[in-house]
Amino acid sequence: MNGELVMLLKIFLSAAFVDNIILARYIGLCPYIGMSSNVANSIGMGMAVTFVMVLASCVTWALWKFVFLPLHLEYFRIMVFILVIAVLVQLVEIVLKKNMPNLYRAMGIYLPLITTNCAILAVAFLGVDYGYTLLQVVVYSISVALGFTVALVLLAGIRERLRFARLSPFYQGYPIVFIATCLLAIAFLGFKGLVR
Amino acid sequence: MRQFFFYFKNGIFGENPILRLMIGLCSVLAVSVKGENCLAMGAGVIFVLVCSSLVISAIRHFVPSQVRIPIFIVIISTFTTIVDLVMKAYLPALSRAMGIFIPLIVVNCIIMGRAEAFASRKPIVLALADALGMGVGYTLVITAIGVVRELFGYGSLFSRQVLPPTYQGMMFMILPPGAFLLIGIYIAMLNYFGRRREK
Repeated sequence: MNGELVMLLKIFLSAAFVDNIILARYIGLCPYIGMSSNVANSIGMGMAVTFVMVLASCVTWALWKFVFLPLHLEYFRIMVFILVIAVLVQLVEIVLKKNMPNLYRAMGIYLPLITTNCAILAVAFLGVDYGYTLLQVVVYSISVALGFTVALVLLAGIRERLRFARLSPFYQGYPIVFIATCLLAIAFLGFKGLVR
Repeated sequence: MRQFFFYFKNGIFGENPILRLMIGLCSVLAVSVKGENCLAMGAGVIFVLVCSSLVISAIRHFVPSQVRIPIFIVIISTFTTIVDLVMKAYLPALSRAMGIFIPLIVVNCIIMGRAEAFASRKPIVLALADALGMGVGYTLVITAIGVVRELFGYGSLFSRQVLPPTYQGMMFMILPPGAFLLIGIYIAMLNYFGRRREK
């Protein structure tokens, strides 16, 4: 039991900080650059990503364990996983719209964007590749999503300040965002060696 | 024919997917540690992009617009699966080096974006031009980033040692921050030259 808890803690730390999905693994950069112009939006996006990521990786994990492995359909997984995620996002959108209109208003606009978010698919693949159990997959996907949200909100905060900075005109807009990301990534390198 | 070259060039310079449209960034930064990885990734993306654009453009009149996204996804993921399996079979070392990023071609925004914005509206020949241009533009940028990172990080070019063996690799360039810094500088350079030409 104790070993299991330590394992979960390790998964959490490495997924959220050491192997931060954006700053160390470069997955999910498009929404990271696109949705980080203000803090409020970035929090909404982070919530939506967390929700879909946990759901999607649980469903794909179950599919992998109970359908793909017994039937030896491993080579088929790219197609099926992406379709499952696309359908799932649509489903979540419909259910939220009908039953929880408040939550839908808060994160509805982000949902369609998430379908082709590489982070979701990557977590589904990685959770399966690492051979995690269901509990570990849940912890893993929550921590990855947390790491994503932290990176997104941090960058959004920096970008809000950058708007008032005096920059060379060539660096305005995207270039300076990438350079800010570079500095953030250097900061996150400091977590290396935290988990061993 | 003129239009063909117009769209081909547009993909490389005018609307370069990475430096101008800011799409498909994940694989660019992750794979660009070594020159030949970049070329292989470029080849994979060109293959998927060209094939899926051709198919999507060919069936554009039969696809109802409500269900077009799932249909595009199925087409794109078919070709991605082909690339994944072929690479695993014939280039196992390269496939291992790129790991998760081969399957992730399927969610590469360039392919979905071009399918939605271009291939599903234009005739086959123009879709081919656009796909080739975008693919080549992607490959050029990813290789430009990869070569610089490899040179500073390992002191080699396409795995051939060029700097003297006493050169101490610059870890910063191989690690994530180097990639972010380099792409920021590239976009700024593009802005600089673009503005100079306008004057």
